[in-house]
Formats: sequence, structure tokens, C-alpha cells
Amino acid sequence: MEKLGVIEGRKANFQQLSSKYGIVIALIAICAALSIATPNFMTVDNVVNVLRQVSINGILAIGMTFVVITGGIDLSVGSLVAFSGVIVASFVRGGFNILFCMLLAVVASTILGSINGFFVANQRLAPFIVTLAMMTVGRGLTYVYSDGKPISPLTQQYMQIGKGDVAGIPVPVLILLVVFLISFFILNYTSIGRYIYAVGGNEHAALVSGINVNKIKLLVYAISGFLSGIAAIVLSARVSAGLPTAGSGYELDAIAAVVIGGTSLSGGKGRLWGTIIGILIIGIINNGLDLLNVSSYYQQIVKGCIILGAVLLDRSSNKQ
Amino acid sequence: MAEEKYVLEVINISKSFPGVKALDKVNLRIRKGTVHALMGENGAGKSTLMKTLAGINQPDEGEIVLNGKPVKFDNPRESMKSGIAMIHQELSPVLEMTIAENLFLGREFHYNGNIVVNYPKMNSEARKMLEKVGLNINPTLKMKSLTVAQSQMVEIAKAIGRESEIIIMDEPTSAITTREVDTLFKLIEKLKSTGHSIIYITHKMDEVFRIADEITVFRDGKHVGTYPAAELDTDALIRLMVNRELTEIFPEKNGEIKDVKLSVKNLTRKKAFENVSFDVREGEILGLAGLMGAGRTEVVEGIFGVTKLDCGEIFIDGKKAKIRAPSDAIKLKIGLVTEDRKLSGLVLPLCIKENMTLPSLKNLSRFSIVDRKKETAKTLEMANSLKVKTPSIKQLVQNLSGGNQQKVVLAKWLLTAPQILIFDEPTRGIDVGAKADIYHLVMKLAEEGKTVIFISSEMQEILGMCDRIIVFHEGRISGELTKKEATQEKILKLATGMN
Repeated sequence: MEKLGVIEGRKANFQQLSSKYGIVIALIAICAALSIATPNFMTVDNVVNVLRQVSINGILAIGMTFVVITGGIDLSVGSLVAFSGVIVASFVRGGFNILFCMLLAVVASTILGSINGFFVANQRLAPFIVTLAMMTVGRGLTYVYSDGKPISPLTQQYMQIGKGDVAGIPVPVLILLVVFLISFFILNYTSIGRYIYAVGGNEHAALVSGINVNKIKLLVYAISGFLSGIAAIVLSARVSAGLPTAGSGYELDAIAAVVIGGTSLSGGKGRLWGTIIGILIIGIINNGLDLLNVSSYYQQIVKGCIILGAVLLDRSSNKQ
Repeated sequence: MAEEKYVLEVINISKSFPGVKALDKVNLRIRKGTVHALMGENGAGKSTLMKTLAGINQPDEGEIVLNGKPVKFDNPRESMKSGIAMIHQELSPVLEMTIAENLFLGREFHYNGNIVVNYPKMNSEARKMLEKVGLNINPTLKMKSLTVAQSQMVEIAKAIGRESEIIIMDEPTSAITTREVDTLFKLIEKLKSTGHSIIYITHKMDEVFRIADEITVFRDGKHVGTYPAAELDTDALIRLMVNRELTEIFPEKNGEIKDVKLSVKNLTRKKAFENVSFDVREGEILGLAGLMGAGRTEVVEGIFGVTKLDCGEIFIDGKKAKIRAPSDAIKLKIGLVTEDRKLSGLVLPLCIKENMTLPSLKNLSRFSIVDRKKETAKTLEMANSLKVKTPSIKQLVQNLSGGNQQKVVLAKWLLTAPQILIFDEPTRGIDVGAKADIYHLVMKLAEEGKTVIFISSEMQEILGMCDRIIVFHEGRISGELTKKEATQEKILKLATGMN
């Protein structure tokens, strides 16, 4: 074959395709099963409902994907959601311009995310430890700022971000879509995206290739922080409040979606559309079990099993 | 059917990976008490077959017959139990544990009751095992304090201790010194006399003829033939391996040497190297010779900005250069082909294209957006001109053989259009054919007027390639030789500090 010269080539043969799209098949199978089990599942209302529900986790999971591709993890996103949430809520209630309030929220969470990045990149601390600390600090800051009380209600205009829709598509879903498209572009079409993969795949080789590894690491935690701020805006607008308890456990749902989507926790390998499939699988299962009147206690068990199952599926199809 | 005299027979084994047929009905027969060398270019299928024997992967078809009985290994444990031990090219001891703990990993001695580990007994047994391989060190030392050669000996001790009949050695001398090689070969002779069989994989011709009884040659996943070592010589063996004449391993160099391009003064990094000063000219190949750990790699990493220098100055074209990070060095048109492909050369989970363009991606992008068409065109051109053997540039580099991986590393630096190229052990662990390709390429670059620094621990390479040779000993320059003056003996004297 080599005598013909090297060709550009297609990335995959059939076997690789089936492994690559294994989770898509799983998603379709779950949808098919639920459509048969309950007539309420495949309705326009319900589908829109599911999409609305997954949008916050989706925004966070996209940020998490950036971090995980570099071989890191961000446990602080749930706390950052709460922190930005109370900030934006307090300023909205103070009667400030909504855009200004949102900007404040995003700046706040981006700063905290960058602090994560600073300790991971420049101080070479383990991401797990750094973001675990930030998770606690962020939650504490939230309680201090809000005095532990919900900040509500918020203005009708602001609530449109969470509850409104454009041409039948909920605003949170539109926000998720925009975040996804921009992130997809960054990861797949820019040099920065390539560097993110390179840093996760082999940090030392990336360094020797002239990549500013610290800058890339700082950047991904800043992105994760930034998107936590966006998620906080959507969440506070949906519930019409800045809740100091908001977002707890969200980091785990985001990590679960990333893992189900096939991104490797050891870094260097990952795909953004997989993460989207991951959040859809989680969202649809939650929704389906609700429709089937399964108690939320059981839902947790099912979700855990799905995470394990997805990773097993991914590993067995990646084996040669 | 199997005959009595073979301890191990591999019959018509095939194995495919996506896109590659790694083994195509290969055969191998090993006699008791012999050293059987397995030769072939990288990608010929040697490692794949050895992994099959070690139970790491399973064949698609064919049979393994051990002492007359067909066997199947589903995992490494089964292979080990049947008496096959593999000493990997890249050793993987548990560094934080002691030698004794490593030797008895998974089969520790216990006091009665099988709960508490009997350390005194384990340590004394370990000492006996180490003595058998001629290693006089304390078994309670941590594994991380050993040299590569010593760790290798420990692995061999482990293999013997498990009463392995067949020991597979995958390039055991790629990272050890000449003296350590002698010790290893003595041990191999001893193992032979006690009835062990050894499958020996190497790229070094002299070694093969020193110790092998029989030689099997693989080429492109196929079995070419098995010959008594006495019937072959180096030329014949190379012909069998590459199926072409290697008229000149080291090409003649034309082209003139011009002005000083790079000049370093008093480079020092504590505990690594001291007061290193030298000049290199355009069109010149400067060799850095020395034993392993003499500080050569550290010096070039210092120049390239991978590690910080404590003091010293670097001049390019007579102007002082500030290099704080590799990105600065790349801007100054320097390229560093690093010593360890997997550690610092390649991003294994990425594809050929993505690896090749990593240092030059900025030039292929506008406002950070990668020009994919241009990227693909550049990569294809480079892959073809370097003869990278791959069906596609979207192949992940982790699926390539060593020689092809090395070509990807070379390509990656050539794409930055460097003026100064530093090669650190560019032919380590790759086959003759790929080596010759790399020699030609380096010569061509120098002839085009590039400035080349060439680090190698292989004497022949240094002598064959370089216009001038600087020898390092324990972090200092111990001497300088011109191509005419240089001999193996002179270099060795300087390298070992016998002056």
C-alpha cells in the first residue's frame, strides 16, 4: 500500500465507526424503548421539555470537556453556579441593567475559574485538589454573600432568559446551542483547540513543541468558570432566584456526561458532540423514568449503572 | 506435529490490527538451550509476535506449541505460568518498591497464616536470585535507585526465579553501556548452559553474531527464513531484512562549511553540566559523543529552553539570543528532535497530521483558525518525502512502528523550516532501513547549509556522520576531535575520562 504514497485517508473503517458512534446507537435505543413504553415520551412538548432540562448541565458539561481533555477535572462548577447565581440575582433585584448583571456574574465565575487554572498550571497542584478546594471556598463565598438566604423574586424580563422561547425553542436551549457551536469550532478548527488536545495527550511533548502549556491549562479552567457563569444565569432566571444551595452535585452530572460521551479522563482524547449525547442520555433517562412514575430514588441507581455501562461499552469497542 | 527437540513452536500465526496485517502466517521454532535472534525492520512483526507469546495479545489464527503441547494464552499470567518470561524493551518495575518486593510481586512469602509478609525470608531469597545474575546489590534498595542496566538484571533474575524455560529479551541493550552489555552476554551464556532458551530481539548486528545460535528474519509481517548464525554475515542479514542493497549506510557529504551559526558560552546547570562552550557552523554536523548520562541531552534541552540554564550565553549569527521557552527557540529557527519519542516527541493519542504540524501550527493558521487544506497538503508532502509507511495521515501515531514514529518527529521539525537542527539519538531503537533514511536526510540538511548538532551513543554513527566531534564526560566537555582524528578508541578514552 505504501508504494502508492501516503494518502489523506478517511479516519475510520466500519469497525471504528461503530465504536465511534456506539453511544449514538445507545441513545437511539433508549429513545425507541421509551417511545414504546410510554406514549407521552415522543411528543413535541416533552422533547422540548427534556431539552430545556438538560441545557444547564449541557453548558457545564461543555466546559468540563475542555478541562477533561487536558487531563484535568473541575469539581468547582456547581459552587461557581451558586456564587454567580446569587451575584446576578442581587444585582437584578437592585434594578441594574440586565446585561450588566449578567456580565458581572460571568466575570466573577471566570475569575474563580482562572484561580483554579493558576494553581493547576503555575503551581502544578493536582486539579482534583485545587478544584475541590474551590468547590468549598465558592460555596462558602456564596453563603457569605447571600447570608444563606435565597435572593428572589427576580424581574419578569430577566426570567425570560430561563422561561422564554424564540420560535418555539426555549432560550436555554438556544444558549446551549450557541455555546456548543462556538466550543466545537474552538476545539476542532483552531490552533488553541489542537493545543488543548496536545497538552492532554503529552504535556512534555507539547512543551517541547513550543506550546505555552501553562497558558492552555489556565485557559481551560477559565472557560469552565465562564460557562459556569452562563449556566448560573440560565438557572437563576428559570427559578427566579439566586439560591445559595443551587448547583450542588452539578459537577458530577457534568463529569458523567463527559465520560458517557467518550472523553478520556486521562486526557488527550475526547469529543464535544459525545458530551452532548451524554447529557441527552442522562436527561432522557431522568425524563423517561419520571414519565414511567419511577421514584427518584431508583433514578439515581439507574443513572449510576448507565455511567458504568457507557464506559464499559466505550472501552470494549475501543479494544482491538 | 511437534518434534521433541523444539521447546517452542509457533505455527502459521496471523494477527491483524485495524488497517494493518501485522503477522501473516509466521513460523518460529526454538531449540532448547539456544539463543535465537529475531531480526527484522521495525514494523516487521517481531514485537507483535512476542506479545502474542507473552499473552498480551491473541492471534487471529495459528498455533503455539510448547514442549509438544498446543497452548493458548488468554493473558500474560497464563504465558508466565507456562514458563515464558518477557523482558520488555521499556521496563516497568514498581519504582517505589524495593528490589525484593519487585522480584516477588504477586507471590510474596508469608509467615504462617498467610497474612503477614515474611520480609527477612523474601530479602534473603532475593539476594540469592540477584547473585545468580551477578548483581551484588542490597535487595532492600528501592527500585528507583537502580540504573537501567541493573533494573534489567533484576527483570532477568525475576524471569529465572519464576523458572521460566524461555526468556524473551526485547532490545535489552538499547539503553545500557558497553560494559553492562558484556555482563549481560555472560549471563546469557550461563542461562544457555542451564538449559534456558532465549529469544533475542535487537537491531544491533554485532550483538547478533556474538551471541545468537540461530537467526530468524521477518519482513513486513512475513517469515523470511531461519538460518544458523554461522551461515550469515552482516551484509547477507541486512539484505534479508530490507530486501535491498545498502551500498552506503553513511552517505558521502558534499557542500561546504561556512560561518559560525550557533555559539554557546559557559552553559551551566547545576548537577547536570558545567561550563559548556562550543561553536557550530552552517553546513556542519557537530557530533556530541559520550556515555549515557554525560549531560549531552541536558545541554541541548538547556539551549532549546526546555529546562532553565543557571548561567551561560547563547549566540545565533553573532547576536545574543534569549531563549526562555521552546517557543522562543522555534522562533529563532531551531528544531530539537528529542531523545525519547514517546516521552517528549509525540502526542500518542493524536494522528500523524496533528503531530507533524504541532510546532508550526501558528504558521498554518490565521487568527488562530487552522487552514486545514494547507495543513493537509504540507503533511502529505512531508509524509511522502520521508517515506512514512502508513495508509493515511489520519492514522494515530501510537499505531505506527518505531521507525515511522521517528520520521513523524523529524517531519514535525522540518515543517518549522529550521536553520539549526539538533538530533538527540535520532536512530535509537529503529531498524537499519529507517536508519539509512535518517542518515541521508541529516546529510542532505547539512549540505543545504543547515547547522546540525548530532547526539549519538553509537560510535559508528558519530564517526560516520559528523564533521567534528565534541566528547562529554560527566557534564563537561572532555575533548574535541575532527573527523580525521577521530577513532573509536580516542572517543571512548575521552568519554570515560581516562586522560
